[in-house]
Amino acid sequence: MDFLTNYVEIAAMALFGIGFTTLLLHRNMIKKIIGFSIMDNAIFLFLAAKGFIEGKTAPIVTDVAGALENGVDTSLYINPIPAGLVLTGIVVSVSVTAVMLSLTIRLYRRYHTLDIDEITALCRKEGEE
Amino acid sequence: MELHYTLWQHIPFVSILLPLASGAFTSVMKPRWARRWTLTVLIIVTALSFLLCMQFMGGAEGYNFPMGHDYEVTNEAAKGAIVNEIRVGSLEALTALFFSGIMLLSLMGGMKKLDEHIDGNKQSLYYVILLLLTAALMAQVYTNDLFTSYVFLEIMTLAACALIAIRKRGRTLVAAAKYMIMNLVGSGLFLLGIVILYDVSGHLLMEPIRQAVANIAVTGQYAQPLTVVIALFAIGLAIKSALFPFHTWVPDAYGYSTPTSQAILSSLVSKGYIFLLIKIMYRVIGLDVIAATGIDDILFVFALAGMIFGSLSALRQNDVRRMIAFSSVAQIGYIYLGMAMGTEAGMMAAMFHLFSHAVCKSMLFLAAGGLADASGNSKLFRDLRGAGYRSPIAGVAFTVGALSMVGFPFLGGFVSKLNIALAGIALDPVRASLVLVTLAVSTMLNTMYFLRTVITLYRKPLAGATYSVQRGQRGFCFNAALVLLALVNIALGVFSQTAVNLITAGLRMFG
Repeated sequence: MDFLTNYVEIAAMALFGIGFTTLLLHRNMIKKIIGFSIMDNAIFLFLAAKGFIEGKTAPIVTDVAGALENGVDTSLYINPIPAGLVLTGIVVSVSVTAVMLSLTIRLYRRYHTLDIDEITALCRKEGEE
Repeated sequence: MELHYTLWQHIPFVSILLPLASGAFTSVMKPRWARRWTLTVLIIVTALSFLLCMQFMGGAEGYNFPMGHDYEVTNEAAKGAIVNEIRVGSLEALTALFFSGIMLLSLMGGMKKLDEHIDGNKQSLYYVILLLLTAALMAQVYTNDLFTSYVFLEIMTLAACALIAIRKRGRTLVAAAKYMIMNLVGSGLFLLGIVILYDVSGHLLMEPIRQAVANIAVTGQYAQPLTVVIALFAIGLAIKSALFPFHTWVPDAYGYSTPTSQAILSSLVSKGYIFLLIKIMYRVIGLDVIAATGIDDILFVFALAGMIFGSLSALRQNDVRRMIAFSSVAQIGYIYLGMAMGTEAGMMAAMFHLFSHAVCKSMLFLAAGGLADASGNSKLFRDLRGAGYRSPIAGVAFTVGALSMVGFPFLGGFVSKLNIALAGIALDPVRASLVLVTLAVSTMLNTMYFLRTVITLYRKPLAGATYSVQRGQRGFCFNAALVLLALVNIALGVFSQTAVNLITAGLRMFG
């Protein structure tokens, strides 16, 4: 366990905790969404940090002729899959955020508040079927 | 690796792609055509899944279906690492058949209500969501890649949220918001689990992870991260499928949406997550590794608690839909109980209960909708008196569903309870007695609230109450859907051995 070399992962886990508790416990819908974004981005940070190896580069081969002749030395490059996963994850996370925001807008238009507890109370009072 | 496949082996791929592609077209169609198109697609997918099942009943073996990249990678180390795969066995085929069939019947049963609950110009969007959900479920069932399963898991969550929120009521909006919050917590944990597992094992496909995990179990290196991963998977998916302490979003989400949405949410969406967890426990991590970490004991306790407290909460409701929703919590407990036993028999019992509960719950929700319609649109028990006479087919269907939930012989619920009990007896004495006692108590509670409802349905209405019988007549599709669901339920009970054999063979192909 070396805390000095793993500081990105530690930061990611701390951010995950912050986002997680905000999403679960905060009463304000907007802050919940912010918490969700922090949580998801913390995971992507963790994945990106784990996927990077110091001193290697992205697997983009510039010397095509040489590569065709001698083959590619894979030890020079990092695995591109974690970066690909991060991109996919970001897309998913953005669409979820959009849906959450649109839900929040509809809730606000109806109840004129962002507090989920207040909204629940108002909704109970409405007493529709 | 042989790359040539016979025609039937392409079925899984088609049944994912067809709903996904037609979902895009439905959005621009007129509602009437969108409905027809959706029904057609669902019928096609169900029929294809049935054909696939027949192939496996005829003794076909499971196979992997690589996608995306050229399998003939020259670099030996990279071989198999970049390929995204579909994996098919008899268990996947059977699950796909049930999921698509129940989706079709739920849509048929609730179609009349859709006109009432959803604005005319928004109806085609409802069918987009349904098709998207079908595609996501199929992908969830067939995928062999953990990250793909995460992506489709999120699609399922979004589609489910839209299914709740599309009925424009204050309550459904609040329910959708709560549903999203809990589910986002769940998928966050699940994603973190995948990421850590990927870091530890270096793979995303299920078989290579299994080998890496077996290696970890032997050497003990990274044993702690592995425990964390298992806990994250179990808790994340337990939240999403509403296992007992995480079920707070269930009654609102299931209670106030339109009947088709209720049926689909309770019997398909939560089951999709459970199927994924079963796949992870059985195929990715391995039952013995999970047993060594003790996570299954936690699930075991949660499941037992859910079986009791879910039923107790159901007993206290005076709204029939909320009662069915709480009964779902108890039934999810049964499924998790089978999974947490850590034996093959337990897994089989869990899978069987997954099917029988899916068939039963969708039927109960649809029937309850019909009964409420025949009672002046009230879902309260006092108004439901005599509803069984006013809407006969819904009444009979509800009775069949209730009896199956209680565990009446010749119905699906009986066989699944029997399987759970048999799997429980084989455990060590303490756990065996816990399983049997809880099963008995829970069954008794089930009987109390379900039979009370059935009796209410056939009692004389309150004096002076008049109901419009016309509203209860929901047309051919509704009746056909209920009759078919009831028949499937009876078939599950009478021909249970066929399903059991397929599930057992499927679990064997899994390993």
